[in-house]
Amino acid sequence: MAAYFLRRLIQSALILLGVSFITYVLLFVLPADPVRQIAGRAATAQTVENIRQQLGLDQPFLVQYGRYLANLVQGDLGRSYLQKTEVGDLITSRLPATLLLMLAGIAAELVLGLTMGIAAALMRGRFGDQVLMMTSFVTVSAPQFVVSLLMLYIFAVKLGWFPIGGYGTAAHLVLPAVTLGILGSGWYSRMMRSSMIEVLRADYIRTARAKGLGRARVVLRHALPNAVLPIIAMIGIDIGIFMGGIVVVESVFGWPGIGQLAWQAIQRVDIPIIMGVTLVSALAIVVGNLLADLIAPFIDPRIRLR
Amino acid sequence: MTKWLTSTALVLTMALPALAQDYTPDPNAKAGGAITVTYKDDVATLDPAIGYDWQNWSMIKSLFDGLMDYVPGTTTLRPGLAESYDISPDGLVYTFKLRAGVKFHNGREMTAEDVKYSLDRVTDPATQSPGAGFFGAIAGFEAAGTAGLSGVEVVDAATVKITLSRPDATFLHVMALNFASVVPKEAVDAAGPDFGKMPVGTGAFKLAEWTLGLRLVFEKNADYWRAGVPYLDQVVFEVGQEPVVALLRLQNGEVDVPGDGIPPAKFQEVMGDPAQAAQVVQGGQLHTGYITLNVTQPPFDKVEVRQAVNMAVNKERITQIINGRALPANQPLPPTMPGYAKDYAGYAYDVEAAKALMAKAGLADGFETDLYVMNTDPNPRIAQAIQQDLAAIGIKANIQSLAQANVIEAGGAGTAPMIWSGGMGWIADFPDPSNFYGPILGCAGAGEGGWNWSKFCDASLDAKAVEADSMYDPAKSPDRLALWAEVYAGVMEQAPWVPVFNEERYTMKSERMGGEDALYVDPVSIPVNYDYVFVK
Amino acid sequence: MADIMADTARAPQTVLRRLVLRRLAVFGFVLIMIVVSGAVFAPWIAPYAPEEQLFDGLTLEGAPLPPDARFIMGTDLLGRDLFSRILYGAQTSLVIGIVANSLALLIGTLVGITAGFFRGWIGATLMRFTDLMMAFPALLLAICLAAIFKPSLWIVALVIALVNWVQTARVIYTETTSLATRDFIAAERTLGASTGRILFRHILPHLVPTIIVWGTLGISTTVLLEATLSFLGVGVQPPTPSWGNIIFENQTYFQAAPWLVFIPGAAIILLALAFNLVGDALRDVLDPTQRGRD
Repeated sequence: MAAYFLRRLIQSALILLGVSFITYVLLFVLPADPVRQIAGRAATAQTVENIRQQLGLDQPFLVQYGRYLANLVQGDLGRSYLQKTEVGDLITSRLPATLLLMLAGIAAELVLGLTMGIAAALMRGRFGDQVLMMTSFVTVSAPQFVVSLLMLYIFAVKLGWFPIGGYGTAAHLVLPAVTLGILGSGWYSRMMRSSMIEVLRADYIRTARAKGLGRARVVLRHALPNAVLPIIAMIGIDIGIFMGGIVVVESVFGWPGIGQLAWQAIQRVDIPIIMGVTLVSALAIVVGNLLADLIAPFIDPRIRLR
Repeated sequence: MTKWLTSTALVLTMALPALAQDYTPDPNAKAGGAITVTYKDDVATLDPAIGYDWQNWSMIKSLFDGLMDYVPGTTTLRPGLAESYDISPDGLVYTFKLRAGVKFHNGREMTAEDVKYSLDRVTDPATQSPGAGFFGAIAGFEAAGTAGLSGVEVVDAATVKITLSRPDATFLHVMALNFASVVPKEAVDAAGPDFGKMPVGTGAFKLAEWTLGLRLVFEKNADYWRAGVPYLDQVVFEVGQEPVVALLRLQNGEVDVPGDGIPPAKFQEVMGDPAQAAQVVQGGQLHTGYITLNVTQPPFDKVEVRQAVNMAVNKERITQIINGRALPANQPLPPTMPGYAKDYAGYAYDVEAAKALMAKAGLADGFETDLYVMNTDPNPRIAQAIQQDLAAIGIKANIQSLAQANVIEAGGAGTAPMIWSGGMGWIADFPDPSNFYGPILGCAGAGEGGWNWSKFCDASLDAKAVEADSMYDPAKSPDRLALWAEVYAGVMEQAPWVPVFNEERYTMKSERMGGEDALYVDPVSIPVNYDYVFVK
Repeated sequence: MADIMADTARAPQTVLRRLVLRRLAVFGFVLIMIVVSGAVFAPWIAPYAPEEQLFDGLTLEGAPLPPDARFIMGTDLLGRDLFSRILYGAQTSLVIGIVANSLALLIGTLVGITAGFFRGWIGATLMRFTDLMMAFPALLLAICLAAIFKPSLWIVALVIALVNWVQTARVIYTETTSLATRDFIAAERTLGASTGRILFRHILPHLVPTIIVWGTLGISTTVLLEATLSFLGVGVQPPTPSWGNIIFENQTYFQAAPWLVFIPGAAIILLALAFNLVGDALRDVLDPTQRGRD
């Protein structure tokens, strides 16, 4: 177990290293000069060169990347080129908003997805099942920005139930979280349905039914916990898809999270911010996968650690 | 502008005791109260040497002061931290007498040493100030570094002498830029690179609270050296607010000034409702949106082609596309800028004449080229309108809609044949015609990486520009402006640009906000002049 | 098991019959055909040229016109006929959907087969690389790539392929590894069959169902990614219409002119849904490992 954990940890670190390298390469070949952005429009060629030297951007690629890594290892993400603020501070100031939205979004997709999945499994083969499965197909086929705009239009503009974007109160959280929930629910409802069907077929459920226990009781007390467990392990894997959605949802709802930070930084090639956000997102994905793998054997004893 | 110049002409070379108060305070103004201003983007920095966004520009103005300042709501210069100044007969030496008893927010009195320190700091390459280039006329600028500027000398605690290497008629404007704000060395040293988050100045407000990504609170500086202002006790800036949300909150009475203005989707609704329209103040802006034509790249090296493009673009329709929130332009300078040529007719929209010019250039069949544009709305839309206009005279312009940084790179490198300037356009740093020439139309900016995206460089026009800027004597101001008008007429004759429109400003305010309209369309403090507005 | 798979792969009629029995798959197929005919016949159906900015397509204040008899879907913020743009936008979506996805499929299959068949350090390296790609925030990667290569139709397709091949690679890898350990492959080996023969004659045919399924499902992902990139302003260049960039260009107006956002939005959803329905049905019919689960 410990050895396995250590190996996975090293693998994850290598993946992060790879992500940082590829991102750095991409930003290095980007046809845009961050120094021009810093120096401003009235700058002389001399000023531009001075700034380039100070930031070490005149150095060969490997030297630049090496320096970045050396700082990264000490937990230093560098300073934003344009804001001169620590990237770590910028990310930590935005992270609570993103994490809040993530947690609320994951909760929403689980509630929606599991409910739909259970209902569909219980109505298996009937009309309700088909409607629910069709719904799940629609949600996985809908682009995030269309659902976001639709939710905004119906519930904020037309009905006025929620604020049109923004951040601060619980009311602000509802629409973006539900939007993320709807988008992710299709995936969970389909998995939940299969998982539930499988569990309902299992011997112990048949036994329980045979013992004369009520259908509701069997479903809630016996089938549900067993069917849900494998799904829980999937949350970790889902984080990658989720991170992509969050950038768009933040942008439509004006949610002040790291997605917005990244988008502004890309416009102005603020390399330290882009690197920081990419690494934090990759970290979230890697940790999510790691947790999913580690939890899986506890939940489902049939899975053994490789 | 002219008013100030004539009044000071009399006292030139003579130390001024004190300029008469050139701004009459509003008799109805009341002290007290707090207002809420919103922005979508987070505030980047409040360090006056670094901040160069349109949202932090006016915030920095309220936290800091420079030696010079503007009469609120106008483009007229007035002394700031300098009580008076004196210009040597050759226009090369400026001697500023500082006001006594001005205190920084940290309680220490401001002295001549602080002025020198601040100018040394902004020009030191280590500071990486985007405004360093404005101080190029100060002697010793080329050698600027940790040793400081040799041209800035402390005469005594209340006197600073600045020597220029060449006469510069815009120098007093430069001293009114945010970049020339006076900062206390001990606070800069203490905060290090985080000075932008913990600003200490002499301004009307001081920073009381800053929660990154959420809000900033400015608090009245009770010891402010200008008597009677500011009126407000507090200005709260809320960031991360979508313009649409900000407007709805204003309608609800929760917001006083939506800093990003009225969003396009709401513009007609607001202007169509008399009650709401009454809360909107309209004014000019020192802005021009233009298309650059790269004169080094065939076929734009032919003046006929550039003139044809000027005639082919339907500017009326482009302003229609942005809901009429701009006025069609015919020259680089905006109408509110001194030196604007009212009588200049420019190139009228005339497709037939444009075709004739194309034929004359031997390009009757047209050609294919690229039009670069920044990829945020409404710029790609405007580019498509331009594209359709150009198609009418046979020019097939492929749109390259890219991130801001990529467009700037292509423009600087001279690889972009045409660029629509929207989103990166020129809003004047200070209200003087020279500000639209040097870096964007003059030879200085035409080199690799420069902001002169047309790569237009005409030695005779450059010489005229230098001549105009050496006319530092305010008595010659009308001649100087006339010379500048000639420079721009010369530019338009060669047509390296298509001036398309001048954006109009529409500032919306809540009903409880008071103060004359000019304060809400202040040409220097955008969106509003926080020091002089008040709550009714 | 292997025989069943070989059967399904060789008997398209059976597959077709099974598919027709699934109403949802038929529905999806009909939707795809509608979009395809809209795209193919756009030059004849569209009342206006998609780029044409009509002089009378805007109000005097510059607002778009709502749907009426002349403009059945209204006009956009430049006074262009939205219906014509939707039709031509279908061309963009389909071209990118098919090109990008074929490319992704090709890369994914090559990587998956190579890694699965050769194992050893080649396989390990390739699979670690796919793990790495999985950890990349896909949208950020796509935006960076789009900024490096100036986006054109083909570049957008390439960018999407470079981001999307990973899923396919993983699935193909898993299938190949399990195939490679099967008895009949081992038997071939002992009979002295060359690596190439084993790969092309035995492994690849067995992967065909999976490739078809992922190829269909992947188009839906591709269509969505293209729309998202265009929505963020880094997709297909204007004035070429794409359903994503129609929404991008008009979204500031979505309260005053919701049709400009929701008509192309519905189009994207329907197309992605259609490929998902068909793909899912194909999976049920072709992929015996999934069969019988419901």
